[in-house]
Amino acid sequence: MKELTYSKAINEALREEMARDSKVLVLGEEVGVPRGGVFGVTQGLEEEFGKSRVRNTPISEMAIAGAAVGASLLGYRPVAEIMYVDFITLAMDQIVNQAAKVRYMFGGKARPSLVIRTQGGVGRGGAAQHSQSLEIWFATIPGLKVAMPATPADAKGMLKAAIRDDNPVIFIEHKKLYATRGMVPEGDHVVPLGKAEVKRQGTAATIVTYSYMVLEALAAAEQLAARGIDVEVVDLRSVNPIDWERVLSSVKKTGKLIAVYEACKTGGLGAEICSRAAEELFDYLDAPVQRVAGLDTPIPYNRKLERAAIPNADQIVAAVDRVL
Amino acid sequence: MTELIAKINEEVDVEPTELVRMYRSMLRIRHFDGTIKDLFTKDFISGPTHTYIGEEAVAVGAMSMLTRDDYIISTHRGHGHCIAKGGDVKRMMAELLGKATGYCKGKGGSMHIADFDLGILGANGIVAAGLPIAVGAALALQMDGNGRVILAFSGDAATNNGAFHEALNLASVWKLPVVFVCENNLYGITTRITSATAIEDLAIRASSYGMEGVIVDGNDVLAVRRVVGEKVAKARAGGGPTLVECKTYRWFGHVATDPGLYRGIEEIEIWKAKDPIARFRKDLVARGVLTDEQAEAIDQEAAREIEEAIEFGMQSPEPDLDQLLVDIYG
Repeated sequence: MKELTYSKAINEALREEMARDSKVLVLGEEVGVPRGGVFGVTQGLEEEFGKSRVRNTPISEMAIAGAAVGASLLGYRPVAEIMYVDFITLAMDQIVNQAAKVRYMFGGKARPSLVIRTQGGVGRGGAAQHSQSLEIWFATIPGLKVAMPATPADAKGMLKAAIRDDNPVIFIEHKKLYATRGMVPEGDHVVPLGKAEVKRQGTAATIVTYSYMVLEALAAAEQLAARGIDVEVVDLRSVNPIDWERVLSSVKKTGKLIAVYEACKTGGLGAEICSRAAEELFDYLDAPVQRVAGLDTPIPYNRKLERAAIPNADQIVAAVDRVL
Repeated sequence: MTELIAKINEEVDVEPTELVRMYRSMLRIRHFDGTIKDLFTKDFISGPTHTYIGEEAVAVGAMSMLTRDDYIISTHRGHGHCIAKGGDVKRMMAELLGKATGYCKGKGGSMHIADFDLGILGANGIVAAGLPIAVGAALALQMDGNGRVILAFSGDAATNNGAFHEALNLASVWKLPVVFVCENNLYGITTRITSATAIEDLAIRASSYGMEGVIVDGNDVLAVRRVVGEKVAKARAGGGPTLVECKTYRWFGHVATDPGLYRGIEEIEIWKAKDPIARFRKDLVARGVLTDEQAEAIDQEAAREIEEAIEFGMQSPEPDLDQLLVDIYG
């Protein structure tokens, strides 16, 4: 094990997969020299693997995504970076109508082995067009996989899995996680997609969350533990497909469910988690399901307002208290 | 006869067997799409189905300079492209009929026929969406470095879409081995290109990407072959992309159910008089490549082939219900 930042863990995954497979390409705005991505995640890749495999692109999100689709159809494994998930709106056709559909609509012949790396969430004063959480759009598209790791170890292992996967994977990082640190296993560390992980075990209630909110949920769990309340924190890690077995078995055990997500509350992933639990585990639930989620608002610039727009540990604690 | 063939070779530098193959391919397209309206009316096929009749010279001429290992990406009006690249009309027709033996196991339909073994990266239901994909395929071909190319087809209306701009710009910046073949049939559904675009010749758009743009008579199969052939050779040699605008016309409406009369009978008749197949046939007979009887026989053979394709499709089974959730992920 060694300690890495989330950002460095992703960089290592890219470097290891590029070294392992000459079909892996990296393309996107600013990904090459000099910056290695506006968040520095692809630093050093062009120097190591050359201009041909690490390509700076024009600010053309549709062409970036389309180029990734096309190259994948000819056997490559492109990793395209969309700088902010907010900008993915400009590439939606290529992701939703092309990447997600080619295998099915062509009768199984196509292998869209591409990864779209992007990052979302609140945290750097980005305001309404640089702070969103848009994962639900991709979570509801059959044909796509969606990964949203919360830790450096998961980020590295899941990106390696995503690159090796024969399906289009939308890999959504979180801007507030880049500088976080964590232990990452040495060697060829691969974390399978579609598998949730219990990040903290407990019996009093189940908190289901993903991405940056895992950190808030763990902080809430610490506060509750100080009062003798042990909650279980389930990190979905992948939001398409969802590891229902892991989620539902935890809820069955605790009888209480709090879904926590940074995205707008209405129609978000937590809504799906809660309705599935209500549908399948009605007899096991001891309290109404809870959602702790972002408000249904554009993200404001002002720091105080921005903080108020998304959930935090205190709100999670309050939600747990409501059901106990 | 020998003397005439020598003259042909001198003038057009195409083997007579190749000329006959091209003629046959154009007729296959004509007969294939000639059946659509009837099949649609009888409710054997459904959904948006777009015919290529009148534009056969573009697909056949452009693709006559490709090898089996080269690629194409097609459009919603894609039957002609698929046939010209060597697609199996039986599997195409079965797909239109929604059958398990179709190219996409009955799950794609007219707008999603693909044959990766033949380098056909698929038709596309979204206007202009194939162009960025072609850029990615061309990137792969450039990295493979073995001289293969891709032809990226689009219609006139696609040139007003952002995907066209982003794709041509990136292809030019990276000098990719792609030839953009724009079929200017003058209409996007019912909207005439003159009310959607303030320029007459779409090829001039290439200049804004530092790309060569050329215009060719899209109803002259040998002219299309010569021009696209040159640009394919340039792309193979690392000379980068070209935009080739083929001026042509669709004889019928946008989809099978559209009579297309918003264009006026007179305009339609003018273009029908420029029939690319009749013109090529006349040329082939005049050059002594085919007799009238031989040309007629090829026409009838093509018609029979399509009848057999319909028969094959009609006899084929529907996909099983258990196929519904197959091939979503791989």
